[in-house]
Order: sequence, then C-alpha cells, then structure tokens
Amino acid sequence: MLKAWRTRIMIFLAVLGPGFITANVDNDAGGIYTYSQAGARWGYLPLWTLIPITIALILVQEMCSRMGAVTGKGLSDLIREEFGLRVTFVVMTLLVLVNLANVMANFAGIASSLELFHVSRYISVPLGAVAIWFLIVKGNYQSAEKIFLFACVLYVAYIVSGFLVKPNWTEAAVNSFRPVLMLDRDYIEMLIGMVGTTIAPWMQFYLQAAIVEKGITAKEYAQSRIEVIFGCIVTDVVAFFIIVACAGAIWANGPRDIHDATEAAKGLLPFGQYAYLLFSAGLLNASVFAACILPLSTAYSVCEGLGFESGVDKRFNEAPIFYWLYTLLIVIGAAVVLLPGFPLVRMILFSQVINGVLLPIVLIFMILLANNRRIMMEWVNSRFYNLAAWITVVVMIGLSLALAGISLRNL
Amino acid sequence: MAESLLYFTELLGLPVLDARGRRIGRVRDAALVPLVHPARIDRFLVGGGWAWLSVRFNQIASISLDGIRLGEEILTPYHSDEYMLRIGRDLLDQQIIDVNGRKVVRVNDVTFEVRNASGNGNGHANGQGANGHSSNGNGRNCLYILEVDVGIRSIFRRLVQGVLPSGLIRKLQRVIPPNSIRWEFCNIVEPDPQRRLRLNISHEKLEKIHPADLADIVEELGPAERGAIFESIDSEVAAEALSEVDPRMQARILESMEPEKAADIVEEMAPDEAADVLKGLEESTSEEILEEMEVAPESEVRELLEFKEDTAGGMMNTEYISLHQTATVEDALTALKGNEDQLESLNAVFLVDSEGRLAGTVPLARLFVASRGTPLRDLSTETLISATVTEKQDEVTELFDKYNLLALPVIDQDRRLSGVITADDIISVLRHK
Repeated sequence: MLKAWRTRIMIFLAVLGPGFITANVDNDAGGIYTYSQAGARWGYLPLWTLIPITIALILVQEMCSRMGAVTGKGLSDLIREEFGLRVTFVVMTLLVLVNLANVMANFAGIASSLELFHVSRYISVPLGAVAIWFLIVKGNYQSAEKIFLFACVLYVAYIVSGFLVKPNWTEAAVNSFRPVLMLDRDYIEMLIGMVGTTIAPWMQFYLQAAIVEKGITAKEYAQSRIEVIFGCIVTDVVAFFIIVACAGAIWANGPRDIHDATEAAKGLLPFGQYAYLLFSAGLLNASVFAACILPLSTAYSVCEGLGFESGVDKRFNEAPIFYWLYTLLIVIGAAVVLLPGFPLVRMILFSQVINGVLLPIVLIFMILLANNRRIMMEWVNSRFYNLAAWITVVVMIGLSLALAGISLRNL
Repeated sequence: MAESLLYFTELLGLPVLDARGRRIGRVRDAALVPLVHPARIDRFLVGGGWAWLSVRFNQIASISLDGIRLGEEILTPYHSDEYMLRIGRDLLDQQIIDVNGRKVVRVNDVTFEVRNASGNGNGHANGQGANGHSSNGNGRNCLYILEVDVGIRSIFRRLVQGVLPSGLIRKLQRVIPPNSIRWEFCNIVEPDPQRRLRLNISHEKLEKIHPADLADIVEELGPAERGAIFESIDSEVAAEALSEVDPRMQARILESMEPEKAADIVEEMAPDEAADVLKGLEESTSEEILEEMEVAPESEVRELLEFKEDTAGGMMNTEYISLHQTATVEDALTALKGNEDQLESLNAVFLVDSEGRLAGTVPLARLFVASRGTPLRDLSTETLISATVTEKQDEVTELFDKYNLLALPVIDQDRRLSGVITADDIISVLRHK
C-alpha cells in the first residue's frame, strides 16, 4: 500500500512542472494588480468569481496539455499544420505584440517592487534583464524548470500575508460561494478584468510546449491532467489570498482605487512590516518569474510556427531568429521601463485590445484541433466536454472582447 | 517560358484553360504519384464548378504564370487517391527531414522546374495532339519538384502571394537570400505503414546520417513519427541512434513499438546500453522484449540487469576480447580478426588464466609494434588495475581519472573477468550528473 503510494507520488513528481508553472505565472504583475484592485475597491464581493474562473482555466489548460501529450507537437506547430502559414503569421504577430506588452508590465513590476526595498530601477531592471537572459541561454530547461517550480512555492508569501492581515474569514467564505451581480459599471468592469486576465493566449502556447518538452505521452497523461488541475486550483487559491489581503487591509478601512500593485503592498503596512514585505516580495517573485517565461515562450512559439530553428540547446548561429527574438523581447521590455515618460499604461491597455482579438482566435483553434480525430485519435473531446468547452470559450470571448472595448475607451 | 522555375504558391490559383482557351477552373493542388515518378507532378487538381477535376500531366500543353493550357478535352473528376502525395495537403506546412543538413524543417513552399517532355513515349493516345498547342512547339510542359523552400524568402512569398502580382514578388524576393533543400535530400516522415508503401516513402536516406545526428532529429519529432522511423529503418542503425537518444525518451520509443521489433533493436545495442534502456522500462514491457530476444544477447543483458545502475557492474559492457595468459601477439591478431564488429570501440585486450581470472591488460597499440611471436604477458601494463562489479560509480570514475584509463576490466568476487568499462561510459556518466 505504502509502496503503491510512493510510486504514485514519484510519477506525479516526474510530470510535475508544466501545468503548475503555467497556471502560477498567470498570477503575474498584471494579475496581482487586478486582484489587489478588486479587493481594495470591492472587498470580499469578487471572491465568488474564482470558482468559475478555476473551472474555465482547468477546461482550457486541460485541452492544451492533452494535445501536447497526444501529438508531441506545440500549439503553434498544430496551428501551422492545420491552418496554414498566413493564419499562423497573423497569430504569431499578435502574440508577439501582446507578450511584449506583458513583458514590459512585468519589468515594471520588478522595478516598482524593488523600489519598495529602496533599489533604484536603473539598477534592478538592467540587472534583472541580464540575469533572466543568462538563466535561459546558459542554462538548460531542466534546471530552469526547477527554479520555476521553486518560484511557484514562493507564492506562499501571499497566503501568509493574507493571514497576517486578519481578514474577516466568515465574510470571505460566504462570498466565495455567493454570486453577487450589480448593475454598476465599475463592478462589471472589475469582473471582466478578473476573468479576462485569467486565460491568456501565451499560456496555452507555453503549456503545450512545456508538456512536449517534458516528453509526457498519452500514457502518462492521467497524471499530467491531475497536475494541470492542481496547478489551476493553487493559482486561484493564491488569487483568493491576494483579494482577501487587500480586502482586509484596504477595503475594510474605506474602499478605494489603487493604481498599481505596490500601492496595495503599502496598504498592508498597518498590519506589520511582514505583511508588507511578503506582499512586495511576492510581487517581485511573480514579475521576475513571468519576465523569464514570457520572452522564452514567445520565441519558441514563433519559431516553431514559422519553421525557424529554435531551442536553447542550439548555438546562436544555428538559431539566430530564435535568439534575436528572445533577446529583443527582454531588451525592449526592460528598456521602456527606464524611459521616463514612456506611456506604459497605454501600452498595456493597447495590449488588452489586441488580446481581445487574439484570444478568441486561439481558443477556437484549440477546440477545433482538440476535436480533430486525425490529430487526436481517440483522445478527442467528449461530447459533454465539448459543450462545457464551447460555453467557456464563448463566455471568455465575450468577456475578452468586452475588456478590449473598455481598454479601447480608456486608451 | 523564360523563367523555367515555378513556385507552388504561384501554381495555386493559376487558371486552367482547355484546348480552345475556355476557362475550366483554377489549380487547387498538385500531386506526385511517387510509385510512378519520384519528382514529376502527375496530377493537377482543378477546382471549377461543383467538384474538383483531376488533370494528368500528359494532358497539359503548356504551363506559365498566365495559366495552364490543356491539350485535350477528356476531364476526369477527382476522387481521393491514396497513391497520391498532395503537395498542398501533405507537404506544405508539414515537417520533413533535411537529410543533408541533418535537421527537421518545415516546408514553406515548393520550387518546381518546368521541363519540356518530348511528346512521344508515354503511350497516351492524345499526347501528340498536345504539341500543337504547346508554347514551345516541340513538347509538353511538365513540372518537376526541384527544391523544398524553407526560410524567410519563402515565407515572404507566401504571405504576399495574391496581394502583389507574381512578377513583382519575384523581383522583390531577390533581396532575401534563398534557403532551399534539394528534393533528393528531403525525407518525408509518414507514421502510417500502409501509406508509406503506397507513397513509396522509405526512411533509407536516414540510415546514412550519423546515429548521433539521427538521435537529435527524432527528438524533435512527435511520438508517432519517432516510432515510424525506428520501426522502418535498419535495426542496427536504429540501435545506434537509440543509444544516443535521451534516456527518458528511449523508454517511450521502445514502449510504443511491437515487442518483436523492439527486441530486434535492443539485440543490436551493446549489452550494457541495452541493459540501461531496459531498466528504464516498466518490468512487464522489458520482460516482453527480453522474451523476444535471441538467447545469447538475452542472457548477457539479463546478467547485466542484475547489477545496480550506479555500480561497476551496471556500467560495464560484456563485449570484450580476452585471451589465455600464455597467448602471443599472433593469437591476439587472430582474435581481433574474428571480432571485427567490436574494433571501433576497442582499446585493450585482456589476459585470463585457465579459471577465467583476470591476469593482465594489453593496450591495443602495443600489439602493432611487437613481433608476432611475443607473448602477450610481456606487453601487458605494469600494474593491473581493475574494479569489482559492486564498486561504486564514483570510485570507478576516480580510477579513470587517476590512471588516465581508456578501458577498465571489471571482475567478480572470484576475480573472474566479467566485463569492461570504457572511457565513453565515463563521459556519459559525468555528463548526466
């Protein structure tokens, strides 16, 4: 009995990585800001969205990891093979634009979180960029994955800071299961923002590629599915604690809007140095983590889709486009944070508009691919699964288009 | 036509005109029938009205950027033909292996050469009639696949085709350096064995690639393609390539194969590598494979499987040459002649007494400078260094470093020679640390 459990745990550890990492990176600088703002402005009210968000996240992520395990090919490979070069080119161009804005947002996250520790952004951002570049180019994916998994563990910081704030747990529990809809424009915008930031196009590309890279096959897929589900749940548990922390610390003392995630950290100061420090460290960790993965994932997806050599195990002259793209994403993403007067907020709003165009395309392609019997054989979506997936996708498309609309108005 | 090259992107959508110049439709795809000819486009699939038509190459009079003109009137509807390799569906956007460049590439476009086929000799009744309409006057135009295009130039071409006129695209693209692979160096990977037969696809070209490169290539492919390659190439090449593949992937490849075929490959591997691979499999699978193996390699591998992986016994190889301690150089050379398959990785021969106990190590190079009658004992190394089967991996590595060894004999509890560890085993141990 004990031995059976040990084998099971060993197999689980062997497939651990892709799903867990992808889901956690979802809580990047942008995500943390969205959740903090939701908590600071609306208190415990938004918590009910987390359960449907988790289910949607699981549905979408599960399809990707299944496709990776069955076909051994990345999402951009499959899109290219089934939908041709032109479509792939459009998708990849949009992906690069959206991800570039995300990289910028996360370097901004690195800058502002370290400024809380009195480190100038003119030191933190260049150093961070160089360190990230080297971690990937000079290391290998296996060691990078271990670092990433460790970064996932550091999200515990938010859970601890959530406890330190001593929020109203009864209210948090009740609101987690009680949907509240109000016809208030700000409230609806907040809900759309929360759902809209949860499922990002790059995640699907990254997850599927990581499953393939890890060599997970259809046979081991049962374990991998558990890993994906587990990762999605952990991610939203972290989101829960971020909202609760901000609700307990900021909203309870008078609801207000916050303008970036560091403001939320400062809001935790009355509850002790530790709550504040942990919240800031969590932001730093999340920003570095996402700034590592986004450029890499983008370079991989683009090169795979367009048929250029890719991979950190190749030398620079063997895969020039891969390395150039990777380097440029980091350099530009880091540089704009240092440019005084760069319209970063507008860039991020703009990227949400593009995201609203890209996400529907990617999600629809995914469902079509996951139903293609020639590619997926007996692992195609079941009828019930398809129904759930289509509902999720339609809702997600609606919400991300709405988010795009809101962003366009604010632009 | 002046330019004798035509790209598939240009071919797609070209109008097709019948002998009297009436438009029938547009080109939707083109197909090879590899069993008939490996590079000549045999069918043009033309879309017009309700259904697609299939036009054979010998019905065509001329091909140019302005369109395709037919030489005869008989049109057949297209019905799916399993002997066809369709360029647009089966080749474009798919991954193929560049045998010369030893890598996996994605097809962006295909370059055809327009050649004049003399009108006679292909037995089609209307073949001659086509000549009258041919632009060249003395033959029909045929398309032959010249190259498969990868790289930026072909991406550019595909993106702008239909947006700009073909002539302008051709001019503009000259700025970008071409990147193409000659058709004879392209290897298509087809997982379905039946289709492989029908399309005359073999993976023979892959057998000429160095096993280490082949291993890199298969690591980039999907599991189905991977399995297809290992199943269809020569077991010896497959064995060499498999031992270069990442250990986790090795297990997956063998698990996906029929045990019989897997056994063929494992048999060809060096026993120590075979044992390592089998250790990575589930017990039932490795047992199935062992049962399918021939008796001699099976028992060798089974013996090795008894040892722990991180001991000398688990690292060692049981293929070595040993001679009785009274043997001479002459005997050693004869023994070498009987074991040609081992020569490539051989560094030393070993001396044993009549009980099989290790008595000496003779570095191979010393054999060549000694006269034939010299007793081998006089040539053996001054100190006899060996490891026991239970010795730990770290200690073995240390021995190699300390004594600068190329080969280390491994003995059992009774000092009998049971195997040999070579420097390449040590290198892979160190690399995987």
